Amino acid sequence: MSTPLATPKLNWFSQIANPGRFLAWSKPIIVPLAVATALVFAVGLWFAFFNSPADYQMGDTVRIMYIHVPTAWLSQFVYATMFFSAIGTLVWRHPLADVSAKAAAPMGAAFTAMALFTGALWGRPTWGTFWEWDGRMTSTLILLLIYLGIIALWRTFEDQLRAARVIAVVTLVGAINIPIIKFSVDWWNTLHQPTSVLRLDGPTMPGSILTPLLVMTLAFTLLFITLHVQRMRTEILRRRVSTLERQRVMMAES
Amino acid sequence: MSAFLAVIGRDLRLATRVGGDALTLVLFFVMVGVIVPFAIGPDRAQLARLAPGIVWIAAFLSMLLGLDRLFRTDHEDGSLQAFRHAGLSLEAIVLAKVMAHWLTTALPLVIATPLLAVMLSMDGDTFWRTLLSLVLGTPGLLAFGAVGAAVTVSLKRGGLLAPVLILPLSIPILIFGVGAITAVAAPGASQQALLFLAGLSLMAVAFTPFAAALALRLSGD
Repeated sequence: MSTPLATPKLNWFSQIANPGRFLAWSKPIIVPLAVATALVFAVGLWFAFFNSPADYQMGDTVRIMYIHVPTAWLSQFVYATMFFSAIGTLVWRHPLADVSAKAAAPMGAAFTAMALFTGALWGRPTWGTFWEWDGRMTSTLILLLIYLGIIALWRTFEDQLRAARVIAVVTLVGAINIPIIKFSVDWWNTLHQPTSVLRLDGPTMPGSILTPLLVMTLAFTLLFITLHVQRMRTEILRRRVSTLERQRVMMAES
Repeated sequence: MSAFLAVIGRDLRLATRVGGDALTLVLFFVMVGVIVPFAIGPDRAQLARLAPGIVWIAAFLSMLLGLDRLFRTDHEDGSLQAFRHAGLSLEAIVLAKVMAHWLTTALPLVIATPLLAVMLSMDGDTFWRTLLSLVLGTPGLLAFGAVGAAVTVSLKRGGLLAPVLILPLSIPILIFGVGAITAVAAPGASQQALLFLAGLSLMAVAFTPFAAALALRLSGD
């Protein structure tokens, strides 16, 4: 007698996280995501350039903030993405989590570098220096170094499956360390202005500046999501191609 | 416990019988201290002011250079594979190896510190605080280093990668290590830094063996 093998009932997350299904459902959303990103960018840039006041002290240079703050936010958001991917890799050994972690790392480094670069451009006219060893800048620089180390590690491993697991350990250790680094660097030196968007007593900025800032933050976050999905697709396809090539070589040998 | 001590004893014997390694590391440590005056000039007052930083940088570099030996040889001759099936858990073995490594690499540096102190014209008080901060800080540095060494153990060209991964993570140890020596503007700041350094080291020694053992298991699969 043949009882059909009971296929385990998958929850919704396991279903959409299957690499094949991921390729299927992510294909039609790429274009809408890209269009949405472009639209939000257009609105945000219009606000930033034409519909927000120049600062009474900093003048037009305040507009650098509309790039600087969103990229700085993403530098941490991307690490959070890598952190959850690392947990997915270690706990569920899920291939999609590996792919997600690998796809996020270079973008995290790029956004962090962009935050540092725009910060330097902004610091020159307002503080009179491109670089100052103050707490926030220093911890962002260290975050960039951590990203670069992780990217270097990805490039050195040949076996991507093993790479994903080992790098997940590094990512978790780094995540636990980031608050410690932040605290120690703050202890070491502080010059940067204190937090002014997320505060218990409400933002200290007027709405005319806050609106473009939030729109630009949304735009950059959408940009990251779009690129991340696309990079994950590319990585899955790349792995499939290398598997197929290996199979072809094996066929030719036999 | 006896197995734990046996692992420490084994590593100590390996380090002392093959010989040369600890001495080379001390030589490197002293040499970093020696070349700095050539780079910044022989002004005694300036050297004394920079001395804590120089000693810590020298210690940092020598410890990171020695990291590769922590698991590499055991991985190559297969002892690591045997350790994974030992009665002692891999985490405990990692801790034992870190302790043995501290005894053979960090302790010689601490002992060689008086030499640097004289050459960099440290005063007595600074010297004792330097010694204390090195003793408290190097275990934490090594504990972070163990993660880097474990992660790169299966890589043939991973030699430089472990220091690159570990350096940014160990910046807090450097900050509090130097902070514990130099008198900062605020009163009691160096005391505070010393306590933070001790806490950081204890935490690192307690937690990183788990991460390092996990990385060793994963790279052995």
